Amino acid sequence: MTTEIIQQSRKSSFVRARLVPGLILIAIGLVILFLFGVDTEAGQQATFGMNAMRSQALPIPDLTLPVQPAIYVLILVTVFLGAWQLARGIRSTGLLIGMVAFCFVVAFLIWATRDKSFNLVGMLSSSLVRATPIALAALCGVISERAAVVNIAIEGIMLIAAETAVMAGTLSHSLYVGLLVAILTGALIAAIHAVLVIKYKVDQIVSGVAINIFGIGITSFISSRFLERNGDLLNNSGTFPVIPVPLLSKIPILGPILFENNLIVYLMILLVIVLHILLFYTPWGLRTRAVGEHPKAADTLGINVFLMRYVNVIIGGMIAGLGGAYFTLGSVGRFDEIMTAGKGFIGLAAMIFGKWNPIGAFTSSLIFGFADSLQVKMQILKVPIPSQILGMAPYLVTMIVLAGLVGRAIPPAADGQPYEK
Amino acid sequence: MPPVLELRGVTKAFPGVLANDHIDLTLEEGEIHALLGENGAGKTTLMNILYGLYKPDEGQIFVRGEKVDIHSPSDAIGRGVGMVHQHFMLIPVMTVTENVMLGIETIRNGVFLDLATVAKRIREISEQHGLEVDPDAYIKDLPVGAQQRVEIIKVLYRQADVLILDEPTAVLTPQEVEGLFKVLRSLIAKGKSIIFITHKLKEVMALADRITVLRGGKVVGTVTPQEASQEKLAAMMVGRQVNLVVQKKLAKPKGVALEVKDLYVRDERKNLVVQGASFDVHIGEVLGIAGVQGNGQTELVYALTGLLPAVSGTVSLLGKPVRHASPRKILERGVAHIPEDRQKHGLVLSFPVHDNLVLCSYYLPPNAHGIALQENTIISTATKLVDQFDVRTPSVYVQASTLSGGNQQKVIVAREFSRPIKLLIASQPTRGLDVGSIEYIHNRIVEKRDEGTAVLLVSPELDEIIALSDRIAVMYKGQIVDIVPAGGVNRKYLGLLMAGVKSAEALETTPRTTEEAEVERVF
Amino acid sequence: MKSKDVKKKAATKPADKEEPTSKGKRGFWSQAGQTLLIPALSVVTGLVFGAIIIIITDAHVLAAYKNFFSAPGLALLAPFEAVFNAYGALFTGSFGSPVALVKAIQTYAATGDNASLLKAIYPFTESLVSATPYIFSGLAVALGFRCGLFNIGAEGQFFIGALCSAYVGYAFKMPWYFHLPLALLAGALGGAIWGAIPGYLKAVTGAHEVVNTIMMNWIAFRLSDWLLTGPMMAAGFRPVTPVIQDTAFLPRIFSDPLRFNAGFFLALAVAALVYWFLFKTTLGFEIRAVGMNPDAARYAGMSIVRNFVLVMTLSGALAGLAGASQVLGVDHWVGQGFSAGYGFDSIALALLGKSHPVGVVLAALLFGFLRGGATRMQSMAGIPIDIISVIQGFVIIFVAAPAIIRAIYRLRVARVEETVLTRGWGK
Repeated sequence: MTTEIIQQSRKSSFVRARLVPGLILIAIGLVILFLFGVDTEAGQQATFGMNAMRSQALPIPDLTLPVQPAIYVLILVTVFLGAWQLARGIRSTGLLIGMVAFCFVVAFLIWATRDKSFNLVGMLSSSLVRATPIALAALCGVISERAAVVNIAIEGIMLIAAETAVMAGTLSHSLYVGLLVAILTGALIAAIHAVLVIKYKVDQIVSGVAINIFGIGITSFISSRFLERNGDLLNNSGTFPVIPVPLLSKIPILGPILFENNLIVYLMILLVIVLHILLFYTPWGLRTRAVGEHPKAADTLGINVFLMRYVNVIIGGMIAGLGGAYFTLGSVGRFDEIMTAGKGFIGLAAMIFGKWNPIGAFTSSLIFGFADSLQVKMQILKVPIPSQILGMAPYLVTMIVLAGLVGRAIPPAADGQPYEK
Repeated sequence: MPPVLELRGVTKAFPGVLANDHIDLTLEEGEIHALLGENGAGKTTLMNILYGLYKPDEGQIFVRGEKVDIHSPSDAIGRGVGMVHQHFMLIPVMTVTENVMLGIETIRNGVFLDLATVAKRIREISEQHGLEVDPDAYIKDLPVGAQQRVEIIKVLYRQADVLILDEPTAVLTPQEVEGLFKVLRSLIAKGKSIIFITHKLKEVMALADRITVLRGGKVVGTVTPQEASQEKLAAMMVGRQVNLVVQKKLAKPKGVALEVKDLYVRDERKNLVVQGASFDVHIGEVLGIAGVQGNGQTELVYALTGLLPAVSGTVSLLGKPVRHASPRKILERGVAHIPEDRQKHGLVLSFPVHDNLVLCSYYLPPNAHGIALQENTIISTATKLVDQFDVRTPSVYVQASTLSGGNQQKVIVAREFSRPIKLLIASQPTRGLDVGSIEYIHNRIVEKRDEGTAVLLVSPELDEIIALSDRIAVMYKGQIVDIVPAGGVNRKYLGLLMAGVKSAEALETTPRTTEEAEVERVF
Repeated sequence: MKSKDVKKKAATKPADKEEPTSKGKRGFWSQAGQTLLIPALSVVTGLVFGAIIIIITDAHVLAAYKNFFSAPGLALLAPFEAVFNAYGALFTGSFGSPVALVKAIQTYAATGDNASLLKAIYPFTESLVSATPYIFSGLAVALGFRCGLFNIGAEGQFFIGALCSAYVGYAFKMPWYFHLPLALLAGALGGAIWGAIPGYLKAVTGAHEVVNTIMMNWIAFRLSDWLLTGPMMAAGFRPVTPVIQDTAFLPRIFSDPLRFNAGFFLALAVAALVYWFLFKTTLGFEIRAVGMNPDAARYAGMSIVRNFVLVMTLSGALAGLAGASQVLGVDHWVGQGFSAGYGFDSIALALLGKSHPVGVVLAALLFGFLRGGATRMQSMAGIPIDIISVIQGFVIIFVAAPAIIRAIYRLRVARVEETVLTRGWGK
């Protein structure tokens, strides 16, 4: 009797779990057909450049795809996946969403590039670059939240660090000094957040918002007061040059994307790996996670919960400081008001999407970076959608991701709660 | 030989309460020393001081004759003192090995965690002391008994000589309690010394070498089981002669109030925790559901009150199906609910007492006309209720957070009982309360039963179930294993069922009822 | 600790704490005083910190200190001069110059000419004009806080509300008794939708409203960018909407150039309505219960989902009204950057006002005066207007961490249970 009921209840949720996604997939296939497929003509070709400009990589020929057949293939793939889901069910929802999203995006690209050419490798390379501040923000979030301290102030920290970086860099004529100053600034502001939240038990989100308000205020204030009039003296640091990794940068496709970047991007990639190892394979990581899941248990074993939280938040602040430096020293070489444009918050979404682990946060940041990159390229390709609407893309993606994910993404158990002894 | 542990004049005050008042306590080597007292007597505070979680305001601690200062758990561990807490200090998403090594991690190659070595050591300890556990299992997948074993291994891993156990049997079946006692005796044989905190008289008489009774933060006396009896100990704990029996007339049940058939419920993690529960509760009777916590009782109650959707099965209240109803509809149909966690689910602590008293009825006339609240009516109703139910509070305007645990529970009882109710669901209604409040709540429940309300009582305290119920159902792994009349029931039989032994099997060795119809009050 | 000290500590009753709104107990005025004290001190301290920043970034002060040893007197005076200039300009910008007022009254008494009188009260009325949208948006955020929701989307909701009411304002021709209410309604509705979306997402998926409302803000900015350079653009080159019909104006109280209009009184009326709603109705009771303890609220039969959506929708509507009042009462058209700053300011307002309508109105008036003065501070003393954000940041922190203020001023105030504002991510 029990097994029957269990089977029955499994069946009904089974149906829901298989039928609905399967139908959705097939529907998406039809959407691709109507949005992109019908708008093409036979004989159109899409050319995807495989070589980045000014790259050391060995050149390879461009990829030219016939538009209509390619789109139809993608539609078939999507529908096939939908049918498979209906018939057999695919275990991992993440994988499924990934594959379908991939088909949709590729179809979109092919459609947008019909009769034109489009530098694919260039775009992938810029995706990584644009993902860098998001990833650094996400890493800051990961370290902080793994110890159960919510840090909404990442945006404010990055903004302040960006400004101090460029000022220090210009004054000292050294980008490295600027970078150092950015990291120290990040540590300082994060320390303030930590004190407010750990010692004074201020609500973590309130503290974060206050720091953001303060950050926007002080950076704009200093920008109006000093930077506008003294641009050359204070706001002209230059940027970190692209440093190709010898040998590895010659690999076609991967070379220009991964191995021809500036210092900050390389540091980001390094940090992802280092943080992942630290968090999951060392005592420090174990204690951090314990403090985030069950601080009382950690306390009873002699771990200093408060100290661990301070340390984690400050290290997170340093990483955010590095992220801030990207905007100025790594990108345009000068400070503009509110230049972070919400990247700090997108980083938090990437952290949640990445399930609070460094590699996951990195991959989700890549997705957001890609969306960002895409909307810029779309404007260049003169896709008939107004640029401002395209500009909404990263934010819409964030919302969709959160909506689909948060219910299932489980944060560290003590996240957001101050610790009382 | 100096005693292993000695506490002299330990005193600790919190705002509003003197938790420990010049307490003297000695622990001899190789003894099991029970610390007995009712809820709120100061036992846990004292042990937290010993373990370094609190600093005493006055007093000294001596380990083997040497005065020590214990400022933190690390100090305590360093002195060979280990504590197994009442609420487990385990991290659910980590493995047994990770939990055990936390804080004193073994490292290889200078940086990396060495899980393998620690796992090996865990297996050694496990074998040595008969504490069966799988080092690679995740805590969240382990049953409660196994989790407790992990806690004990944690302490032994750190080479403790003195073990403090805080209410360890709260979450165990009677058979598991026996198993624990065996482990403890074997630890003593290996040279350890144990302090055992409890409020259960039976255990103390069975296990302890010496018993220290605390009451109101003071030591009342230290006796041996030979010198004392349960009645004497109860009197020491409470300070007056205690009547150990609940006065109640025989029930006169008429008709079925609640009928539950084949109920299946999933918990928040989508596990099927109630698997085909079926039972009835009659008008004018108390049905007690016995069982160790974690066998689906919580989710069963949630399903009955509309807070969790049931997967399948039927629930009927006085003939009308109720399974798909919203919590509000269920309340309106006459179901009252005393939740297990009064601060989390029962009260809005920062609301004044009067608002809490109308938490379920604020939208109904006369408390409201349409959407406008009628404050004067609410205040006068609240004042009446506070009087009627003996809630000790300076006024109805103060925040509920200022009330003591017992009075908070009385507010909830007042709220629920002041509505016309047909079914009362009480989950652990006396958890953490002092004797006076426990007495009060038990009497009120029996009163309601006599008025004709059907009562469903859910409690992990077997004594409470036996004392109050007319019929007893045992719940194990989401199913109702058997339902027996409470009069003359055999505890051993219930214990076997609670541990998962099938009813037919259990009956082979134990009778359902005992000859003596002794009913005992909870302590 | 000595023995008798220990006994004394144990003797303090926990029942000494009481909720500030308890009726008639402990004296109403001492209660009010205590509740006002920390916010008042926070503002003062915030201004002090702001002054410090002004001083250390002031060119004259820096120059004066370079020559410290040659002209020490000047150097010591310089900071005070800088602050005096700055805050003096702030004052006259907010309230007007008392001297001018007196003179103007004399002129009016003598000749019946009210031109200079109007000019004298201009700064004061301008401050009230600035305060009006703050009242609405502060109420919006405060209402959210009461339900445990953090509505950072007030800025986006403001802008959408402004655009909607502007559209009704310029696209239709009707008599004013239809046009004005319709335009206001459109504004409220626009904001309501913009708030309902994150509210719904939170209720159903548990997605945190902080990130979602911020995303909605950025989407609103992009959307408005497009609308103002496209479909809603007025003839000409500037990215603005056409001017609205005068039948949709919120009537001005005085003649031009005073912009003081009925919107202010509307705001006060709405504040009273929100007060009644929160504290005297069953809906408000539920909202507060859900905000304080959603678990207990569920147990008592309340629907969390319904309350979250309701609150975010109402909150959005209030913020939309803020935008509408600005369009219909003050500017009469919408341009880019219309909502700048209102979002974060309203958070500071709600915190300062302790999420209570009365507190919010007071805080909004304060901010209105600060904003009014800040423009003048920028034009007269050359202090960038962003200093206000800096001061606000400080004020929020001080209000949120009263322990800091207590430490600075060595206060000993009885601790009152603070509103729990937010939880972590997800549900």
